[in-house]
Amino acid sequence: MRVYQFSEQPYFPAWNEHSGTLRVTFPNRKCDPHVAADLLHRYYDEYQLTDALGLDIMVNEHHQSATCMCSTVVVGLAVLARITQRARLLVLGYPIGHRPDPLRVAEELSTIDVISRGRLDMGFIKGIPYEIAASNRNPTELMDRFWEAHDFILKAMTTHDEVFNWEGEFFHYRQVNVWPRVFQEPHPPVWSTTGSSGQARILGERGYVMATLGTGYGTRRIYDAYRKSYVAKHGKAPGADRFAYLGLVAVANDEAEARRRGDLIAGYVRTSPIVALPFRNPPGYLPAEDNARLLRGETPPRTFTRGGRIVNMQTAGIDELMDAGVLFCGTPDRVYEQIAAFCEHCGGMGNLLMMGHGGELTHAQTVDNLTLFAHEVHPRLQAFKQPDAEEAARAVAA
Amino acid sequence: MEWGDAMSLTMDAATPSLVVNGTRIDLIERGAGRPLLFLHAENGIEPALAAIEALAKGARVIAPTHPGYGRSELPKGMRTVDDLSYFYLDLFDQLDLRDVALVGVSLGAWLAAEIAVKSTQRLAKLVMANAVGIKVGDRETRDIVDVFALTEKEFIEIAYCDPAVGTRDYKALPDAEVLAAARAREATARFAWNPYFHNPRLKSRLHRIRIPTLLLWGTHDRMLSEPYGRAYAALIPGARFEPIERAGHFPHQEQPKAFAEKVLAFVEGKWP
Repeated sequence: MRVYQFSEQPYFPAWNEHSGTLRVTFPNRKCDPHVAADLLHRYYDEYQLTDALGLDIMVNEHHQSATCMCSTVVVGLAVLARITQRARLLVLGYPIGHRPDPLRVAEELSTIDVISRGRLDMGFIKGIPYEIAASNRNPTELMDRFWEAHDFILKAMTTHDEVFNWEGEFFHYRQVNVWPRVFQEPHPPVWSTTGSSGQARILGERGYVMATLGTGYGTRRIYDAYRKSYVAKHGKAPGADRFAYLGLVAVANDEAEARRRGDLIAGYVRTSPIVALPFRNPPGYLPAEDNARLLRGETPPRTFTRGGRIVNMQTAGIDELMDAGVLFCGTPDRVYEQIAAFCEHCGGMGNLLMMGHGGELTHAQTVDNLTLFAHEVHPRLQAFKQPDAEEAARAVAA
Repeated sequence: MEWGDAMSLTMDAATPSLVVNGTRIDLIERGAGRPLLFLHAENGIEPALAAIEALAKGARVIAPTHPGYGRSELPKGMRTVDDLSYFYLDLFDQLDLRDVALVGVSLGAWLAAEIAVKSTQRLAKLVMANAVGIKVGDRETRDIVDVFALTEKEFIEIAYCDPAVGTRDYKALPDAEVLAAARAREATARFAWNPYFHNPRLKSRLHRIRIPTLLLWGTHDRMLSEPYGRAYAALIPGARFEPIERAGHFPHQEQPKAFAEKVLAFVEGKWP
């Protein structure tokens, strides 16, 4: 199993100063740039440690938010491509449907792949609903733009002998020719995220690495949708390396300290949904049928425990988060067991996206958390024998 | 069926519909006499039914449900009010409508203006109520409240004189009407998200409208200002501006009778 360490690089000092929203309309007056500078340097130091410890790295972006200071993935990737030596650099993700210019995306990612000497993993995502406010992209055509940008970027990365022309529905170029060309052949691995079975089927057909977050013990259903369409398209079962899962990870030598850390890292899931109501669901972001149900007062269940109980991540305590497989927490032995059990539940999961820093976890705690994980848990996860992929695929077919 | 799966739109065979260029839309026809094409607002056809009945007392009312709204199909690639205007120019040709009184409210009024700047050949009169569609203020001044940044309750409070008129109990409404409300919100975003509720090109084309034009204005509209409406009227040669009291952004819904009386009086040429 590969493990990617991830932090949202939060500006937590302002978390208690909001009046109902930490995103979109939360004024940046609440951000002291001197404090932000200290925090960002600290977060990049922690990524350097991650690299030295033999773990891989994941970055993402959010806009207009005190929950995440990385507002463009390219800045984070550019810094990391130069200051790390061996970690794979996963961007999960790049909201390409929002970006005005996919040629620029192709150029940025190709350059990062070259500087990092082929360490880029390239996650393309739709983006959460609140991001619409920043890009002002029309939410009703976001996925059409996403797929055209996706097609364009891959063609731009894999065309080497002649310039090409593109006159699509959303993007127009007459002389496409990306320099420098990508380091990895034919292009960096493509990843994406989803929470729905419908999108999982599309990703399965394409064979991309699919990540979920917050799906807990409801993850198997989404993985199985992927498995089914993967088998139909490729004639064999997808390996565990096609699946990724974002989990909060808190490790310590004693349970009490681990729980303290888990509680601080869970600040991420508790603050993440704090956003003014109208920005949570822009029109067209969900299908009209789902919106009709929301108007009726129904809400889609998101996170489940192993026993099928629904968990509200914003209010859940750490025991509930652990029951749901959202948080892996405890001594190294316990954390290994929890992750292994989760992989068994999934029928195989080969990429742990580990939030080893979150919320107000201090630098010292983060360093210890990452170090202990890397020394005590990671080697066992690398040796972990994934459930048989063909058997998992057969179970779906049956 | 699970969350995230799309339902196919089932058309009730009893609902009158029309196919224009391969796109099926719902279409209501009521009354007799001079043809009056009614273009509904962004909240869809249901809130307009009372006004349509009132208008039918003095005209042959043709009230389509716009592509993307209600049960009407949305053709792939249709994404602007400009696109919609060509759809309706085709509809005029298909039905061979002549001397039409074209009446629209809000987004429907914007659509009416987009049609009229292209051709008034089949039109006799134009009525636009609480029209959106142009940019009046400078680049940092919002002419139109960002309704997508409001909750539905907040929106109803600024859009209506009497918020009770705009309040809907979704738990009690039939499925089709709840789905229509969801589709209306989505279709409106498709047509009006960016640029926000206007076409930057439209203002410079309004001088082409050389038929008698009436701007009606629900005076309690706090999504748009009355100066915005008066500025709109000033850009259309000879256009007349007429307030409707005790009504907000959707005067046809809040005061259907007064709305229909004013429209019919204008259409019948009873006004000086």
